[in-house]
Amino acid sequence: MAGTTEDRRDGERTAAGPGGGSGADDAAGEDGLAGLEAGLDALDTRTTTRQPLGRLLREKVLPPVLAVVLVLGLWQLAFELHLKPDYQLPSPKMVWDALAEEWYKGTILGVVWQSVSRGALGFLVALVVGTPLGLLVARVKPVRAAIGPILSGLQSLPSVAWVPAAIIWFGLTDATIYTVVLLGAVPSIANGLVAGVDRIDPLHLRAGKVIGATGLRGLWHVLLPAALPGYIAGLKQGWAFSWRSLMAAELIATSPELGSGLGQLLETGRSYQDMPLVLGAILLILMVGIAIELLIFAPVERRVLRQRGLLR
Amino acid sequence: MTTAALAEQHARQSHPAPSSLPEPGYAARLAHVSKSFGPQQILDDIGLDVAPGEFVTLLGASGCGKSTLLNLVAGLDRPSAGEIDVPGGRPALMFQEHALFPWLTAGRNIELALKLRGLPKSERREEAERLLGLVRLRGAHRKRVHELSGGMRQRVALARALAQDSRLLLMDEPFAALDAITRDVLHEELTRIWAETKVSVLFVTHNVREAVRLAQRVVLLSSRPGRIAREWEVGFPQPRRIEDTDVAGLSVEITEQLRGEIRRHGRHD
Ligand SMILES: Nc1ncnc2c1ncn2[C@@H]1O[C@H](COP(=O)(O)OP(=O)(O)OP(=O)(O)O)[C@@H](O)[C@H]1O
Ligand SMILES: [Mg+2]
Repeated sequence: MAGTTEDRRDGERTAAGPGGGSGADDAAGEDGLAGLEAGLDALDTRTTTRQPLGRLLREKVLPPVLAVVLVLGLWQLAFELHLKPDYQLPSPKMVWDALAEEWYKGTILGVVWQSVSRGALGFLVALVVGTPLGLLVARVKPVRAAIGPILSGLQSLPSVAWVPAAIIWFGLTDATIYTVVLLGAVPSIANGLVAGVDRIDPLHLRAGKVIGATGLRGLWHVLLPAALPGYIAGLKQGWAFSWRSLMAAELIATSPELGSGLGQLLETGRSYQDMPLVLGAILLILMVGIAIELLIFAPVERRVLRQRGLLR
Repeated sequence: MTTAALAEQHARQSHPAPSSLPEPGYAARLAHVSKSFGPQQILDDIGLDVAPGEFVTLLGASGCGKSTLLNLVAGLDRPSAGEIDVPGGRPALMFQEHALFPWLTAGRNIELALKLRGLPKSERREEAERLLGLVRLRGAHRKRVHELSGGMRQRVALARALAQDSRLLLMDEPFAALDAITRDVLHEELTRIWAETKVSVLFVTHNVREAVRLAQRVVLLSSRPGRIAREWEVGFPQPRRIEDTDVAGLSVEITEQLRGEIRRHGRHD
């Protein structure tokens, strides 16, 4: 009803004041319409611009660097104050030296690579398993009813709980490690996709149907791209779960045949009561996690969100 | 009788290819269409023909079942009873919100509709440019949906609907969310495009002026349940303007009728 009264007022205005603002458009005809339209478009067009590099450095790089410097300073201070004996609380320099020693032994890159390649392979397998699983749970009602709650439950079960079972099944082999990694990562990836599909605007699904995107074509052209932001969040979490499950498995399942990853390095440090090495290994594990996030997931996620105008 | 028999022949909601049939005298035919959601009857015994090339507006109070009716014609939902026949293939549908895919550029949105229509890849780019030109958005091909204004989004959505090359265009209050000036401009564009493409249009609105401004025929739907209450032929020639006196005159008459329909519910409840 509001629209009608508003329009009536418009009408009265035109009747009362002929030769008003709208007269010029009438005279100009088609050109007037195109011009009016161009004006409206120009007035109401947004363009997204990228931030200049200087500001980016100041706002995104400087704060974390300052935070790290601050933490290192506090650590050094605690060391100087002898809050704990040296063998329990080494200085940053001692940890650095321990890592440098590993570096000169020439084994550290191999250790890192062992873990990263295992984590990546486990993550890729989890991706291949978790994606169709997530789609099934999201789109097939009986499947969701049957395993949806179990899948969410599995996500909160610490995957380290699977290590004893996996060792009993597979012994001290790679299979044990990959089992634990998969049980950690698959639920996250599947649940991420389910959340992504659930958050799709139903209007997009209907629009897809109207233009003929049904069945597999609907899946490919509408459902998957629409679910992408949630899916990527799930992948990110899936990687985090892969990585921490892997560390748990490597820490517990140590044997010569399993080679030496970061988890085993940690365990070595513990058995020699070598606190600098333990802290060094923890730092390496943390740095690998951060590097993968910054180099792989963050750019992909930013790109997807920026395309959709979900990022300023 | 022959057309009725033809309508019987089709399975409900079938959209057969246009070439396989003798040309029927309508772009859409609804016969005794009813729709209920659970115990609530929304639409009751709707009978409506849209002639080829005709522009029909469907007018009714909020919640009377206009969107439900369009969804039925679009094949997004099935009628509880009655037959719907759309001989020209899958109808195009434009929503109140633009419903463009935000993961694609404006041009790619249109190209996706062209692809799903079966147009070969080599022709899609050019055809998308032509359609963007038709809605006066040449050059917006690479724009992201969020970079466009509300009016531009609706024009891209119109271009995407036209990309389906359907002979029936369904529009569900496509301009309701726009400001008055932009809406005026899009009325002019739609009238021009309708005249150029000779597409049949079934346009839903609750704005009486808009209905009279655009249509050759205005169909008034009653509420609860939705029935066809009255129809008006709109004889004035296009181009019209929403502030024309004859548009205003007929609008007053139709508004009276619409208010009567709404008042009737006040007495019943
Ligand atoms: N899927 C559904 N299930 C149950 N009820 C529904 C469903 N869809 C619509 N309705 C009901 O049907 C009635 C008509 O809805 P509809 O959206 O068709 O109205 P409308 O005429 O388009 O209204 P508006 O002008 O507000 O868009 C409303 O009362 C609504 O609550
Ligand atoms: Mg509606």
